[in-house]
Amino acid sequence: MSDFPFLSVLTVAPLVGALVVAFLPRRRPELAKQVAFAWSLLVLVLSVVMWVSFQVDGDRLQFRESYPWIPTWGVSFTFAADGIALVMLMLIAVLVPLVILASWHDAEASKRSVPVYFALLLILESTMIGVFAAADVFLFYVFFEVMLVPMYFLIGSYGGHQRQYAAVKFFLYSLVGGLFMLAAVIGLWVVGGKTFDWQTLTQVDISTGTERWLFLGFFLAFAIKAPFFPFHTWLPDAGGAAPAGAAALLVGVLDKVGTFGILRYCLPLFPEASKWFAPWALALGLIGIIYAALLAVGQSDLKRLVSYTSIAHFGFIGVGIFAFTTQAGTGAVLYMLNHGLATGLLFLVVGMLIARRGSALIKDFGGAGKLVPLLAGVLFFAGLASLALPGTAPFVSEFLVLIGTFTVNKPVAVIATLGIILAAAYVLWMIQRTTQGTLNPELTEVEAMRRDLSLREKVVVAPLIALIVLLGFYPKPVTDVINPAVQATMQDVGKTDPAPEVGSVQEASQ
Amino acid sequence: MTELKLPSIDYAALAPILIMLGAALLGVLVEAFVPRRRRHLVQLSLALAAVLAALVMVVRGAGDRLITIGGAIAIDGPALFLQGAILVLAAMSLLLIGERSVERGGAFVAQAAVTAESADDRRQAEGKNGATEVYPLTTFAIGGMLIFVAANDLLTMFIALEVFSLPLYLLCALARRRRLLSQEAAMKYFLLGAYASAFFLFGVALVYGFTAGIPGRAAGVDFATVHAAVKESPASPVLLFAGMALLAIGLLFKAAAAPFHVWTPDVYQGAPTPVTSFMAACTKVAAFGALLRVFHVAFADAAWDFTPVLGVVAVLTMLVGAVLAVTQTDIKRLLAYSSIANAGYLLVGVLAPSGAGISGTMFYLAAYGFSVLAAFAVVTLVRDADGEATHLSRWAGLGRRSPFYAGIFTFILLAFAGIPLTSGFTSKFAVFGPALEAGHAWLVVAGVLTSMVLAFPYLRVVVMMWLSEPGESTPTVTVPGGLTATALMIGVVATLVLGVVPAPLLDLATDAAAFVR
Repeated sequence: MSDFPFLSVLTVAPLVGALVVAFLPRRRPELAKQVAFAWSLLVLVLSVVMWVSFQVDGDRLQFRESYPWIPTWGVSFTFAADGIALVMLMLIAVLVPLVILASWHDAEASKRSVPVYFALLLILESTMIGVFAAADVFLFYVFFEVMLVPMYFLIGSYGGHQRQYAAVKFFLYSLVGGLFMLAAVIGLWVVGGKTFDWQTLTQVDISTGTERWLFLGFFLAFAIKAPFFPFHTWLPDAGGAAPAGAAALLVGVLDKVGTFGILRYCLPLFPEASKWFAPWALALGLIGIIYAALLAVGQSDLKRLVSYTSIAHFGFIGVGIFAFTTQAGTGAVLYMLNHGLATGLLFLVVGMLIARRGSALIKDFGGAGKLVPLLAGVLFFAGLASLALPGTAPFVSEFLVLIGTFTVNKPVAVIATLGIILAAAYVLWMIQRTTQGTLNPELTEVEAMRRDLSLREKVVVAPLIALIVLLGFYPKPVTDVINPAVQATMQDVGKTDPAPEVGSVQEASQ
Repeated sequence: MTELKLPSIDYAALAPILIMLGAALLGVLVEAFVPRRRRHLVQLSLALAAVLAALVMVVRGAGDRLITIGGAIAIDGPALFLQGAILVLAAMSLLLIGERSVERGGAFVAQAAVTAESADDRRQAEGKNGATEVYPLTTFAIGGMLIFVAANDLLTMFIALEVFSLPLYLLCALARRRRLLSQEAAMKYFLLGAYASAFFLFGVALVYGFTAGIPGRAAGVDFATVHAAVKESPASPVLLFAGMALLAIGLLFKAAAAPFHVWTPDVYQGAPTPVTSFMAACTKVAAFGALLRVFHVAFADAAWDFTPVLGVVAVLTMLVGAVLAVTQTDIKRLLAYSSIANAGYLLVGVLAPSGAGISGTMFYLAAYGFSVLAAFAVVTLVRDADGEATHLSRWAGLGRRSPFYAGIFTFILLAFAGIPLTSGFTSKFAVFGPALEAGHAWLVVAGVLTSMVLAFPYLRVVVMMWLSEPGESTPTVTVPGGLTATALMIGVVATLVLGVVPAPLLDLATDAAAFVR
């Protein structure tokens, strides 16, 4: 089964689905939704099969496929996945059907074409899969940029208040990063002997000065995408304006391209420069953790608040990557997955609340738990997962990042731990002001606020809750897949773990 | 009395040029002898047939590498590639020029010389059939461009420059609507163009002086002589530098590079849109073809001297084009500034001293030509009662009114912004790659930085079309006639194909990237 061209099929399949959905008659929106949902389930099934056929102790990059594309430039359609990419692909495959289900009625609110909304979601899925599956730097860049287009229209056409401003800001920020990367990609191509093949490029020796410039080009793009402080200002706007489903994908998956890119491209391709810039990256991560958490506390808009919490979490991931230990690295990758699940859930639940109330402002809520107890309960759970309560999946990853960092850099770990306290503050305070406390009398006047979770919404949240609990207690299946890839990455950078701590990965993850 | 030796002439290799000029002369006769009501059809068919025949001859001669007609014309890889590109793009322009169903009587007036805004002028604007002289004029211009990219000495190049410039000045004045603007554009273009030609001619004279006195060679302005002179002329290099600078001014003017770009927005705006598209696509190819030839053939050994100067010009061009595009409120002016910025990117390719630089520039020229033609084709369709609605505010909500054409225009704008899977991305890569290889990192960085700035105006149009609500004044998109639709489709499909599978054209350009000297 491992001969099956999983990655190219997975990349192309949603695109075909998008075409089918886009050409369905506009008068039958229900059909478009059903087809889109069925299609995304198909992708999920295929992804599960791929996950099962991945050999944990096999090669670093598996499912490799390569077809020539532009021979003159040495560009080819090369796909391959390591453990890190596999985890992210799985996250996409799980999230997209749930997002489609959660967005069932979102498109109607905007008075725009319903089939197009779902077609855009599927196009987005295709480009997101492509960006994680690419093993050719050119191909990666193509997906990296094209990914912007469906998201731009999702935000701009179907978003809420200030959607135009947010969509343009999102597009320009990402494009700016992408163009810096383009310069670096061309530079890499020139020094690497006119090839874009990732594996060949990891073997190339680059002079120190050039390497640092190229690293900066890539890193800037990824830092904007992730986003790290101080390149983060687009995310609260985009996350705040995007429809909840698109926001869940934006923060849950799209932004992970940044951290994934650092792991897959910056570290193995520019190991010396990575070490040289590591203190700066760590500093950016730490500032992000503290600064974004403080801003999150002060937000008055629910979706913006969730966006700021994500920036804080990306700070953790950044610290985990640049600590250069297997533990912290594994923690960071696990964090990427868990954050996708937890924040995805949080965004979707918040979206359900907002859809009922017709407002995203925290002050418009208050005591909502009395009206919609189940919804409030799910929000509470999502909040706890987001602040990394032990027993939920994000705890494992946050803990791994912190102890992995502590073994090599105590001050960084200590400062990062402060972020946990702040996380408790912004999450709990948000929950207190929305679902707890005295009932806001205005809420009772809103008809929709009396409806608790529908069956469709229960189906959306249940798998995510199950996964968060499951991975909170038993993350081994995932860490087993991640570990070899992270170890290989750290070897590329030439860092080995401090001797006594090696064994503790197993302890922590079991 | 010494015996006169006639130069040998390879008629087959010159056939494309001869066909175009012959068809132009025939077109003049058609004007004189064919009844007025049939002229449009006859002229259009004649011009298109000539372009296709010339294209066939270019393809047939694809393997030619020769210098003929006494050293005046060089038919080599770049010449053939660029002639092919000019002919294909010219055919598309002719389709736009020939369109008469979008606007009654076509985009041109019958008589350009009638005083603007007078009673006569208003009468001829009301649907009277336009002048059919546009076809011979265009055909002459195409013929001149074919010579321009193949000229092997500076005098031939100058004559070709005039042959294709003069008809363009006239064509600019023929717009049916906004007559005053059109006449102003023609006047401005003519005056500045005349200056540029004078600069070029003066440059030729100085270079001629520089070539005097090389041992064993007579003075001359053919590229082989100039090349030899750069190596071993005893004359003062001041002559060379001044000559090179003046020649460059003449050529950069046509290429619309800063600081010789000031005519571009006015002329692009004032000229009839089909003519604007012809200038944006074909004139650009011709001008850069000549720049490539002059700097890679004649002055190749002075690269150390001209690269820094032209590099500064390139950066300035990108900067001016990108920054001023941000402030534009008229779609035609916006596209004009975008074309200026693109001239800057093309210069980056011209300065890369390798075959890859030449092939990259040629690929860029062809790819950009298709996209820009498609863009202007859409502009001709967005109209209201007063003709084309070119003010950007009028485009608000166009995506709701006509999603198909707004979608096409969005795609073209994304191509201009350099998003992958469009030709805009592959062509940027084609010029930036060789430039970085040649160590011109500063040019690439400038290119990347200005691309970021330039993305903003493009995006603003996309926002206008899709994210704004249609207003009272949102114009409708006219259903295009068959001619415009064909040109538009060719442009869009080429933009997509060259973005997704650029390999065939890229290989063609790579094989063609060697000049003969």
